[in-house]
Amino acid sequence: MSQPTSRPGATVEFDHVTKRYAGPGGPAAVSDLSLAVPAGCICVLVGPSGCGKTTSLKMVNGLIEPTSGRILIDGRDVMTGDPTELRRGIGYVIQQVGLFPHQTVAENIITVPRLLGWSDATCQDRCDELLQLVGLDPAGYRARYPSQLSGGERQRVGVARALAADPPLLLMDEPFGAVDPIVRERLQNELLRLQRRIAKTILFVTHDIDEAIKMGDRVAVMQITPQGGVLAQYGPPEELLRAPASDFVARFVGADRGLKRLSLLHVGELPLRPAVTARPGDSAAEARARIAADPFPYLLLVDEADRPIGWLDEDDLAGAGVIDEASAVAMSPLLDRRATVRDALSQMLDADVQTGILVDDEGRVEGLLTFEAIAALLQPAARPEVLAPGAADA
Amino acid sequence: MPPMRDGEPLVDWAWIAAHLDDIALRSLQHLWIAFIAVAVGLAISLGLGILVLHRRSLFGPITAVTGVLYTIPSLALFAALIPVTGLSLLTAEIALVSYTLLILVRNIVAGLESVSPEVLEAAEGMGYPRRSLLWRVQLPLAVPLIVAGLRLASVSTIGLVTVAGLLGDAFGGLGVLITEGLQTFFATKVYVGALASIGLALLADVAFVRLQRRLTPWARAQALDATGRAAVVEAA
Repeated sequence: MSQPTSRPGATVEFDHVTKRYAGPGGPAAVSDLSLAVPAGCICVLVGPSGCGKTTSLKMVNGLIEPTSGRILIDGRDVMTGDPTELRRGIGYVIQQVGLFPHQTVAENIITVPRLLGWSDATCQDRCDELLQLVGLDPAGYRARYPSQLSGGERQRVGVARALAADPPLLLMDEPFGAVDPIVRERLQNELLRLQRRIAKTILFVTHDIDEAIKMGDRVAVMQITPQGGVLAQYGPPEELLRAPASDFVARFVGADRGLKRLSLLHVGELPLRPAVTARPGDSAAEARARIAADPFPYLLLVDEADRPIGWLDEDDLAGAGVIDEASAVAMSPLLDRRATVRDALSQMLDADVQTGILVDDEGRVEGLLTFEAIAALLQPAARPEVLAPGAADA
Repeated sequence: MPPMRDGEPLVDWAWIAAHLDDIALRSLQHLWIAFIAVAVGLAISLGLGILVLHRRSLFGPITAVTGVLYTIPSLALFAALIPVTGLSLLTAEIALVSYTLLILVRNIVAGLESVSPEVLEAAEGMGYPRRSLLWRVQLPLAVPLIVAGLRLASVSTIGLVTVAGLLGDAFGGLGVLITEGLQTFFATKVYVGALASIGLALLADVAFVRLQRRLTPWARAQALDATGRAAVVEAA
């Protein structure tokens, strides 16, 4: 089976785009919007209803025509050329999915390939490939009708349909707005995982700031002003949370933006404290000397494969002889470097400990994450490059 | 009760047995006249429905005109048409077609408008050309309501064909039997004509229900989902 994606993402650029529905003097739905979306990025347009985010999205595939300004996809103005051709090259997913009720899942998915004149065999292969990609068993789902699917399954089919002709750009208008919170979270995670494989450029509209922060490589916060919908701030989510450009953005991202930042960061990105370790059978006296030299007064007992067994404090190491496994106590939570800091913190709070143990995929100790390290993040003066490597290439 | 000759049995079974082929022929003619009327009515109504889809403001005038047509008594309409089109099949069909329009236009428009805006938006956003949107999305989705209209129209048309028997025995189908029965005080003919006409109407109705099932497997899937597995077995 061929790799599902051959075409990489496209760049999208809004160049002083304005859309007015009323006369030239009236307020603009979108006023002078300029922003550039790098290829392969998820860019989230977020803002209160009426801020022009959906209008902006629909101008990209020509469903709405801008009053002035240009929108460029890979440098090409979307208003030049045939709008139906343009749309066939852009995946489109909307909140209510809009699957054709009278067509099977397979027929729905191959809508655009059919319009493009692909052969039956190619369409069929592509359909099965996409169903697998979105986590639906082709044999079980191909012949179903949309009415026989759950909300989450419909949304997956909607994504598969949008990806069918391998477009370099996807437009998603509140794609997860109509499913319940548990399904929404799962679909969000699936999309993020999928995006790591397909690396499309995705423009994603939502009114939910948490979704924006979670999904976006870039987040464009839009705001309603007397002049119309304007861009209030555009940048990586971490930047929005750390340095909101205006009171509006600060209020919109919420008072808990410090906590939200924790969910953007991963344990592996934080400075770790090296663990002082010993194995059962090691000399107690020697171990005691080693923790005496370390400001952190605990010894982590590990097995032969460096997997943590438990903590020993100085009292357990009193006397001569060797270290006894039985005296090790109170395991800290084992953290994955891919876990978010927020999850790590929550695990540590649940376990009622100040320190989490970071382990690799084989369970070997990599280091310790302490409350202090997390607290340091929340200091206003914390330096951005420490917080989010890769976010600074804006 | 139709007028009867004295001493005649209620139903003359011997006459029926002797005229089975005549009855069959009349029934076929009856169906054919009704079929033409409904088919032409459907074609005109589809045209009008699509027109309304593009210019909603036409819906009012179109329903007003078809509504007025619908209220004209059939005999009066025949009387008005005979000077123009004579005692012909055309006269019968013009009248029959006009009676189908109101039902069909309304159902076609309702069917086309029942397609959810999200479906249309998604289709447009994926680059569906306008024309295939109508034929491949809107009309297929309108089928349940269109067929509902066809059922009503065909049942009422089959009933009305009997009246066209007044125009002459070439155009009346089973109506001719009824007319002749009344003129000759022969009740059996009246019964046969009336009952066969009712039978045809019922048959047409069942045929359309089956047709709709064939055309809209997706709607059946929906019904099955709503009522559970028991219904699946029944439908299979």
